[in-house]
Amino acid sequence: MARGTRRITTVVVAAGMALGLAACGGGNINSSGSSSAAGSSAKCGDLRIAVNPWTGYVSNAHVIGYVAKTKLGCNVTYPELKEEVSWQGMASGSIDTVVENWGHPDLVKKYITDQKVVVDAGPTGNQGIIGWYVPPWMAQKYPDITDWNNLNKYADLFKTSESGGKGQLLDGDPSYVTNDEALVTNLNLNFKVVTGGSEAALITSFRQAEKNKTPLLAYFYEPQWFFSETKLVKVNLPKWTQGCDDDPKKVNCDYPPYTLNKLVAKKFADSGSPAVNLIKNFTWTNDDQNKVSEMIANQNLSPDDAAKKWVEANQDKVNAWLK
Amino acid sequence: MFTPGNLLGWFGVVALFGWVSYAFAGWRPSLLVTSVTLLLGVFGLWTEGLDTLIITVFSVVISIVIGLPLGIAMARSRRVSGFVTPVLDVMQTMPSFAYLAPVAMLFGIGPATAVVLTLIYALPPLVRITEHGIRSVSANTIEAGRSLGVTRGQLLRQVQLPMAKRTIVVGINQSTMAALSMATIAALVNGPGLGRTVVDALQVLNVGKAAVAGLAIVAIAIMLDRTTTAASERTEKSTQGKVASVGYPGLSSKVMLEHLPRWATEDAGRGFELPRLTRAGRRLVLGVLLVPVLAAAYYSTLYLQLATFPDLSEVPAIREITGSALAGHINTVTTAFVDAVSGASEAFKNFVTYGFLNPLQSLLATSPWWTMALVIAAVAVILGGRRPLLITLVCEAVILGTGLWNEAMVTLTMTLVATVLVMIVAVIVGVGMGRSRIVDIVVRPLLDGFQTIPPFVYLVPALALFASSRFTAIAAAMLYGIPIATKLVADGIHGVSATTVEAARSTGSTTWQMISKVQLPMAREALVLATNQGLLYVLSMVVIGGMVGGGSLGYLIVQGFSQGQLFGKGLAAGIAITAMGVMLDRIARYAAERYGR
Repeated sequence: MARGTRRITTVVVAAGMALGLAACGGGNINSSGSSSAAGSSAKCGDLRIAVNPWTGYVSNAHVIGYVAKTKLGCNVTYPELKEEVSWQGMASGSIDTVVENWGHPDLVKKYITDQKVVVDAGPTGNQGIIGWYVPPWMAQKYPDITDWNNLNKYADLFKTSESGGKGQLLDGDPSYVTNDEALVTNLNLNFKVVTGGSEAALITSFRQAEKNKTPLLAYFYEPQWFFSETKLVKVNLPKWTQGCDDDPKKVNCDYPPYTLNKLVAKKFADSGSPAVNLIKNFTWTNDDQNKVSEMIANQNLSPDDAAKKWVEANQDKVNAWLK
Repeated sequence: MFTPGNLLGWFGVVALFGWVSYAFAGWRPSLLVTSVTLLLGVFGLWTEGLDTLIITVFSVVISIVIGLPLGIAMARSRRVSGFVTPVLDVMQTMPSFAYLAPVAMLFGIGPATAVVLTLIYALPPLVRITEHGIRSVSANTIEAGRSLGVTRGQLLRQVQLPMAKRTIVVGINQSTMAALSMATIAALVNGPGLGRTVVDALQVLNVGKAAVAGLAIVAIAIMLDRTTTAASERTEKSTQGKVASVGYPGLSSKVMLEHLPRWATEDAGRGFELPRLTRAGRRLVLGVLLVPVLAAAYYSTLYLQLATFPDLSEVPAIREITGSALAGHINTVTTAFVDAVSGASEAFKNFVTYGFLNPLQSLLATSPWWTMALVIAAVAVILGGRRPLLITLVCEAVILGTGLWNEAMVTLTMTLVATVLVMIVAVIVGVGMGRSRIVDIVVRPLLDGFQTIPPFVYLVPALALFASSRFTAIAAAMLYGIPIATKLVADGIHGVSATTVEAARSTGSTTWQMISKVQLPMAREALVLATNQGLLYVLSMVVIGGMVGGGSLGYLIVQGFSQGQLFGKGLAAGIAITAMGVMLDRIARYAAERYGR
C-alpha cells in the first residue's frame, strides 16, 4: 500500500503543476475593474431595441443604443426580429422600441389605433424611397431609360429565362407590399414580374449586372447601404399624387415617399425611462445613416464600433437628442 | 443569453468539456471536443458557438425525454403508431417558416422559441428510429424472453432496449443533425447562436463571414456525432462486462500507468505491453484529473485572459485562420470562382431551363387541374401499386383545397427536375466512391460538410452564378440533396458482394459493363432509397428556393412570415407543401418496396 500512496502523490503533484500553469496568465478580472454599470444605470434599466433585418435599421438601432448605453447608462440589448414579430413583441412586452418603421398601415391600425399598445415616437428624419431601378451603366448607355414611357422600347434587353419572352422586372424582398403586378398591367408594359425573393437576391443581381454590364430592372429602395457602393438610377414612373394608389388594382403611379418613423411600446413610454426621450428626439439624415451603414457593410466594422465612430464625429447632433 | 461564458471563462469551459467527453467517451473524442471548442475561439465565434451548442444539446435532451417513451409506445401499439405517424409527417415536412411567427408569439422572442422550433424538427427522426429499432428486435428473441416468464417491463428493459440501442443512438445522432440545421431558422426570431452570424452576414452579402460560421456549425456537428457514437460504443462494451479499453487517459503514457496504485491497473492480456485500467482505476484517474479541471474553471472566472478568448489576429500562422482573415480568404476564392465560371454557368442554366424546366412546367401547370390530378394518381399506381392511391387522392384534395394548385405544380416541376439532376450526380459520384476507396476518402468529408452547412451560406454565390431564377432554387436544392443520395448510392455499390464482382471480372467484363450490368442493377435497392431521400431533401429546400427566385409555394411562405396580413396565405402554402411531401414520400416508399427487392 505504501507504494500505492507514493504513486498517488506523484499524480497529485502533476495535477498541482497543471493547476499552477492554469494560474499563470493575465490580469485579474476583479482588479481590472470591468464593472462599468455604475451610476445612472439604475435610472434607465433595460432597453430592448428590436433589430429588423436590414443594415440601415441596424445603424439606427446601434447609434441610439450606443448613446443610451454611454450617456444614459442603459443596459441595451438588440433582439433581431422581422418587422411583424417586433410589433408583436411591443404588444407582449418583450420589446421596447422599433427605430425605423416603413409605414405598415395594417399594423398601425391593429396596434396603435385599436389595441393602443404601441405609440408613434416621431420621424427618424430619413426619407424612404421605393421604386424601380437600373444599374448605372444602363442609365449612361441608354439615358432615356429613366422615363417609364421608354421602358417598352427596351423590353427586349431585359429578357431572361424566367420572363417568358417579355422583359423581366425583378421583384423584391418578401417583406414589402409591392404594386408591381398592377403597375405593369395598368401602364401597359411588356414586362413580367419575376420574384427575386430576398434582399440578397436583389443586391447580388445588381452587383453582377453592373460588373458584367448586363441589363437589369428591379424593385429597390433607399436608404440602403448598397447605394454607397453602386449608385443605382431610379426609373421615373408617373408621379405619385395623393390617392392615386388607394385601390391596389388600379395603381398607375409611383410609390409614395415614406416618412420613416420610430415606435415605442406604450408600457415603455410610460415607464419614465430617460431613453424614451432620446428615442423621441432622435433624427438624422439619409446621408448620416448611409455613412454608418457603409461602415458596417463594406468596412466590416461591428455595428457598435461604427456607431461609436459616428457619434464621436457628430457630438452636436447627439447632444441635441439628449435635451 | 444563458451562455456559460458569463459564469465560466473559456479556459474553464474547454477543460470541463474535455474532461466530460473523456469521462464518457474516451480520449480520442475528448481531443476532438477540445480542438473544436478551441476552434470556435480561434474563429472569434466563442459565445455564438456555445449558444448553438447549448440550444442543440438542450433540445436533443428534451427530444430524448419525450421521444424515447413515445417511440417505445409506438413500437408496442399499432394504434398509437397509426395516430402519431401522421403528426410526425407534418412536423417534418411542414416548412418551419410557415409557423415561425405564431411560435414566436406564443413563446416570446429568444432562446425559448429557438428551443421549441428546434424541438419540432428534431423530435420526429428520434421517435421514428426508436420505434423502428425496437420493432426490429427479432421475434425469436422476444419469444425466448417470454417463455422464460419475464414481464413486459423486464422484456423492454432487459431485452428490447439493449438490443435496439445501436439504432437508438443513430436516432439521437439524426436528431442532433436536425437540431443543428434549425440554427439559422431560429436566428430569424432572435434565437441566439451561430445562425445569427450567418443571417447577419447574409444581410451585407459577406459570404466569407457566413461561411466561417457555417464551418463552425459543421465542426460542432462532427464533434457531437463522433462523441455520442463513441460514448454509446463504450457503454456497450462495459455492459458486456469488459472494462473499456479506450480508457487511456489523454496525457497518459507508460510512466503514468506504472505510477498508479496496484488496484487501479490490471494486465491487459497478451500482446499488450501496457497494463490496463480497472474500473476503480478509471475512477481514480478521472477524479485526479478533475482537480486541474476545477482549478482551471475557478481561475477562468478570475483572470481576464482565461475568461474571454484572446484575440489571435496578431499571432503568426494562427492569424490566417482567425474569423475575419479566413472570411477574407473565402471571399477572395469565391469571387475568383464566380468570375471564372459565370459564362459556363449561364449557359448551363439556360440549357436546363429551356430544355427541361419550361416545357415540363407548361405541361404540369397549364393543364387543367383535374387532368394533372388524374395523371399523378395514375403515376402513383404505376409506381407504387394500389396502396399509395388513397393517400395520393387525399393529398391532391388538400392541395386543391388550399387554392394553390398552380403554384404547387410549379413547385412540383422544380422538385422533379432537381431530383433528376441530384440522381445523375449521385450515381456518377456514388459509383466512383463505391468502387474506389481513395475517391471515397476524398469526397465523403465534402458531402458531410454540405449536409450540415446552412444553405444560407451558399445562396449568395449561387445567385451570383445563376441570377435570381428558378434554376438557382434548383441548384441550392441540389447542393442539399446530393450528399445524402450520393452516400446511399456509394454504400449500395460498396455492398455488392465481392464474389459477384470477382465472377463478373473473371468472365472478362469491361469496367463499363461491370458498372452498368452488375454493380448498378445489384444496388437497385440503394438507388431507389437514394431517390426517395434525395426527393425529400430537395423538397425541404423549397422555402430557401423561394428566396432566390424559385417563386411559387416557397416564396408565399417567406412572404407569409414577413407580412402579417399574408400569414394565412403562407400557412396555406405550408399545408400544400406538406401534402405534396407526404404524397411524394408515400409514392416513393411503396415504389421502393415494389422495385427495391
